[in-house]
Amino acid sequence: MSTTNWVSRAGFGLMSLPARVIEPVMSGVQRLIGIKRMPWFFLIPNLTAVMLFALLPVLINVFYSLTGSDRLYPQDRPWVGGRNYETLFDCTNYLDPSTCSRDLFWRALGNTLTFVPIQVVCMIGIALITALCLNREIRGRGFFRGVFFFPVMLSPVVVALTWQWILQRNGALNGIFSAIGLNPVNWLVFPNTAFFWSVFVTVWAHMGFYTIILLAGLQAIPRDVYEAAKMDSASNWRVFTKITLPLLRPVLLVVFILSMIRSVQTFDELYILTGGGPGSATMLMVQYIYEIGFAIQPRNFGLAAAASLLLGAALLVFTAIQLHLSRRAQNG
Amino acid sequence: MRLKSLAASSALGLLAGALFSGSAFAQQITVYCGDNDCDTMRMIADRFEAEHPGMSINFELVSYQAILEALPVQLESGEGPDAAVVTDLGGLSRYYLDISEYVDSDFFEDEFGGTLIWLRGANPGSDAINGMPFTLTVNGGYVNLTLFEQAGVPLPEEGATWDEWAEATSQVAAATGTEFAMSMDRSGHRFASLAISHGAELVDEEGNPVVDEGLRLAVEKFVDWHQTGVMPMDLWGAVGGATHRELFSDFLNANVVMYFGGSWALWQMDAEVGDLFDWKVIDAPCGPGSCTVMPGGGALVGFAHTRHPEVVGAWIGYLAQPENMREVVSTLVEIPAGRTLVEDGVDYPTASERTQEALATFTNQIPKMAPAAYRFQGWRFQRAMMNALTTRISQVLNNELSIDAALDRIAQDVNLAIEAAAGT
Repeated sequence: MSTTNWVSRAGFGLMSLPARVIEPVMSGVQRLIGIKRMPWFFLIPNLTAVMLFALLPVLINVFYSLTGSDRLYPQDRPWVGGRNYETLFDCTNYLDPSTCSRDLFWRALGNTLTFVPIQVVCMIGIALITALCLNREIRGRGFFRGVFFFPVMLSPVVVALTWQWILQRNGALNGIFSAIGLNPVNWLVFPNTAFFWSVFVTVWAHMGFYTIILLAGLQAIPRDVYEAAKMDSASNWRVFTKITLPLLRPVLLVVFILSMIRSVQTFDELYILTGGGPGSATMLMVQYIYEIGFAIQPRNFGLAAAASLLLGAALLVFTAIQLHLSRRAQNG
Repeated sequence: MRLKSLAASSALGLLAGALFSGSAFAQQITVYCGDNDCDTMRMIADRFEAEHPGMSINFELVSYQAILEALPVQLESGEGPDAAVVTDLGGLSRYYLDISEYVDSDFFEDEFGGTLIWLRGANPGSDAINGMPFTLTVNGGYVNLTLFEQAGVPLPEEGATWDEWAEATSQVAAATGTEFAMSMDRSGHRFASLAISHGAELVDEEGNPVVDEGLRLAVEKFVDWHQTGVMPMDLWGAVGGATHRELFSDFLNANVVMYFGGSWALWQMDAEVGDLFDWKVIDAPCGPGSCTVMPGGGALVGFAHTRHPEVVGAWIGYLAQPENMREVVSTLVEIPAGRTLVEDGVDYPTASERTQEALATFTNQIPKMAPAAYRFQGWRFQRAMMNALTTRISQVLNNELSIDAALDRIAQDVNLAIEAAAGT
């Protein structure tokens, strides 16, 4: 027997060792639970992880939402049933937050329902335009890709502080305004301008991530489809609407879902930039939950848990609608 | 040879055993503190450790925000340090350790008197000694004297009202082209000074929130100052929720004539303003109720979950001695809280003459503080009230609420907080 042969046989023997050890165990398990239940056996590790780190926290959250006091340990928390939900829904007119017992919850909900669609549409629109530009043969393409992606690498705190420095009364932007003879504007003092800059800053900070995903999607579209369209003298708009957009739809769906989830989760940038102000003009749901659960004392864990579960339920409905729509689109 | 190596091994073994037993029996406690507090306490702790063999103290530097937001969660879960310098004195009272069996209670009562009540939270009548006030802070106003001189406006004298200060600073701002007359940190604690001087009680003797005409008057005045441009909207107008915000840079850049902050900003005044312009700390502006500002500051407290209560007690008792507190107060350039130091005075060799004058002015405000200010400072739900004040007043400034609605909301917010804490 040659040396090479011996080595390869030894290697094979070593590699098959785990299989030879596991095989009798697996056969035993299969005999015990039956072949139909074997998939569950293989899923147990993942299911355990999901149970421990996703489902259990949700169940704990449900428990907290049904209990009161500012105590942390479950055994110290008295049962209050649905009182936290009653408090949140205690309104004379749901369209007027000032008639609600917890008016800030409804203001935050209203702000979130306004912020998310505007921010997601702006985010996807600008990211798509940027990706289309960066997909063309332009000089310094690599540099510009880096430039647009750069804000994604910054800490949200850095992003917020930088923009605060730019937008504050005596900030850089007003410095430029003064230099060119324009009147300075106190951008963060007025609800409308503060809201505009909240959308702008969050789009600026995260756009690069979605641009890269869309760029990858654009580059995956076969060149020959475009060449065929060119031979048929199709206009740029027609190429975009009839080729690019349809072929990009799966990637756009991913971007839409990711950006919407991120948008609903928006907290850190705005917490530092505006603190939810002016008044409550930029207070979103996550900040509300954070404030009542952690920042304001005594900590109202029960109310925070109830509010977060309602937010989770709303997200679940949105995701279900998206999945339904995407499946319908896929099925033609 | 063999005997020698045996002897050497035995000696090494004994040494290692001694070292091991030393470390095994050393009682170490961990203390959370802020930047300067840690450095100053370390110097005194070195002496303490030398005088108390087997006891050691480990200081952990943590941010103010971590003390406010993360520490309570740690304490609730039975974790966290053995002691800490905290500022939410009444709010954390249920986690405090009673160190009365490890310290001289009579000395503590005599030295720190009324401020010990702040640490007793819901049980102000108890005899527990939970810690000691580390240093006292006092809210107060800083004025830019250079701007007053340039404007030729006389500086209001002691006893001047808030209205007189608003009037005088507005004249100065108009004459010198300064952007704003007055500004105040976005803090419920700072606003409480204005409110109590206008007759607000904020909390009654039984620990119930009070929303009264004094508070209404203060809110009305405060809103008016923002609407008429006496105060900038950047702090109370632009920020929402319970966020604390200050804009000291406005005073530093002479964009505001009077800045209402507190004694803790003195080092910043010394370090950053220096000789750029003349400034001074003013006596507490008066309102219809009193001429008061709010007391504040941190307290060094022990926590009940500690495994070494005797070390915590010994350390707090040691630090409380006037000679040690004198060193702390002098190094940190702070206002003393202990009776002995208040009576004897403290030298501040590192502070400028102007800072020393400012400290004297701050210290002079202490006897003038209204009982409501002391009561509010030790109230367990003080933070709930302060958060409600900042949130709701900001909403009024942005036309989200009327003043009447804001006052109702303040009362409702605090009552809901009290109910939530009780689990009802």
